[in-house]
Amino acid sequence: MTMLGDRQRLAYIASQAADARLNVELETEGMTLNIGPQHPATHGTLRIICRLDGEQVVWAEPSAGYMHRGYEKLTEVRTFPQVTSLVNRIDWLGSFANEVPFILAAEKLMDIEAPPRAQHIRTILFELSRIANVSLFLGDLGVQLGAITPVFMAFRDREYVLNLIESATGGRFHPNFDRIGGLKDDLPKGWIEETRSVMRKLRTFCDEIDDLLFGNEIFQSRTRGIGVIPKDVALQYGLSGPNLRASGVDYDLRRDQKIAMAWDKVDFKVWTHPDGDSFARCWVRLQETREATLIVEKLLDTLPAGPVMAKVPRIIKVPEGEAWVSTENPLGEMGYYVVSKGDMGPFRVKIRSASFNNISIVPWLLRGVYVPDVITILASLYFILGDIDR
Amino acid sequence: MPGDALRERAVDQLRAELGDALIDTLVKPGDDVWVRVRADAWHEAGIALRDAVGLDYFCFLSAIDWMPSPFGRGEDDPTQPQAERDMTIRQGYTGGETRFQLFARACSTTLHFGVTIKADIGDDMTMPTWIPCYTGANWHEREAHEMFGINFAGHPDLRNMYLPSGFEGHPMRKDFPLLARMVKPWPGIVDVEPLPGEPADSPDADGGES
Repeated sequence: MTMLGDRQRLAYIASQAADARLNVELETEGMTLNIGPQHPATHGTLRIICRLDGEQVVWAEPSAGYMHRGYEKLTEVRTFPQVTSLVNRIDWLGSFANEVPFILAAEKLMDIEAPPRAQHIRTILFELSRIANVSLFLGDLGVQLGAITPVFMAFRDREYVLNLIESATGGRFHPNFDRIGGLKDDLPKGWIEETRSVMRKLRTFCDEIDDLLFGNEIFQSRTRGIGVIPKDVALQYGLSGPNLRASGVDYDLRRDQKIAMAWDKVDFKVWTHPDGDSFARCWVRLQETREATLIVEKLLDTLPAGPVMAKVPRIIKVPEGEAWVSTENPLGEMGYYVVSKGDMGPFRVKIRSASFNNISIVPWLLRGVYVPDVITILASLYFILGDIDR
Repeated sequence: MPGDALRERAVDQLRAELGDALIDTLVKPGDDVWVRVRADAWHEAGIALRDAVGLDYFCFLSAIDWMPSPFGRGEDDPTQPQAERDMTIRQGYTGGETRFQLFARACSTTLHFGVTIKADIGDDMTMPTWIPCYTGANWHEREAHEMFGINFAGHPDLRNMYLPSGFEGHPMRKDFPLLARMVKPWPGIVDVEPLPGEPADSPDADGGES
């Protein structure tokens, strides 16, 4: 595995050197290409300014900030329970997962813990938002490469998951279901059986995508060896989630940290890939979606009985202190550094979102690639604009 | 090795590397570790975290303004006269002397723990850049620069990320007013607006605990 990694890195350096030599030999007039802010391939309003030399990018700079909503400032004028409705708009495809680390940080400061059943249901909904989020990525991936079919399948099957989230929480995109000390409500009747059948459907969806897309020759040749991120560079930039694991780093916060969630109650596999290219990033996400359906099924098997809400005061005042909690969100490590001064609202909240770090590697990564590969590399990094700008 | 022993060891390693530049430390068992270093040792501390402690993964870098907001607390109604409250600057864990503090976090992907590191920012509002230690600090420092007005010596490109160029002020400072909040209070702890068709003085609309 390391042999392959070293060989790949050498090949990568050699190709960069060859390209640099070519640029010196053939002096061509540069051109600036502006991708975005409105562009079908940018998932929102990310603008990328590329300076080209022929077909190659010699310099690229993402220009974020078209969707900055100032959540860090807004949290300072909200009470703790009100903040969840803000933060679940950060990564809007996996909203529930955004609420969890903030609530856990507040619970850590208040020194309370949600009852086991609430922790279990939280973890199930967390994994469901991962499935909803990443299944859309898997479909969207085809569109970036000119394949239209997968995206329809993705929207069709994501709908089943959104219906589940809606019937449990009342909201399709913004559940706002997490409370300090537990959950707003218990699961509705018949939900567990319904979830089992949806998980089977989603596994079929993963198999279909695996056949249609990952087995496709064009897909392979467009993604294999493209946009290689070596392990140490990924770590230096703070890449997280599937982007980091696709570079061969075996690091998953679900397994690697002690946290008041139910992931330690089930066995699951953390998927990694040694290559670090676009294909590896997509492949890791496919495997993770499949694994997430299995995690949900195992969690449903072990769902404990009991209350879903701990005893908390009606007016929530959070004691003075500082807490950092991060979880393995669909996009990567999402964390909140919460500072409380003993008031009803937080004093300062630093939101560490995954896409911000994941996209900060783009100027490095796009140097020397060909223009069509810009789109596949950006798609394989998988960012949500709200998660970059916050 | 359990987490707390790792955190204690990280503090010892940092002390060996930095000497008296390490001002204060706090290890909360089963939770996390905080350290505070002298501002001039910020760069050395980053190198020590990366190489001596072995924290290979860069998490985030940002700043805190410890001044209590002159516009009242979040739950206060800004249109009402402000209640008397303590306006002294009190820093959080591991203390501090200045209004602004820089804080950052790095983690180990093999040992599975992280360290939160802080440093006071002097009146010149200039800190050394962390890009030589962790390349990913680049964008985080740009964000801290525009939101708090901190300069990073050695940073190649401190352009604004979010705000339009030419924007005056630093929005995340506590003395920067949130204008939308100044003119209309957030509905607050309980919704005080009456429902349509409901008289304003009905018992449900008086803002009581309901």
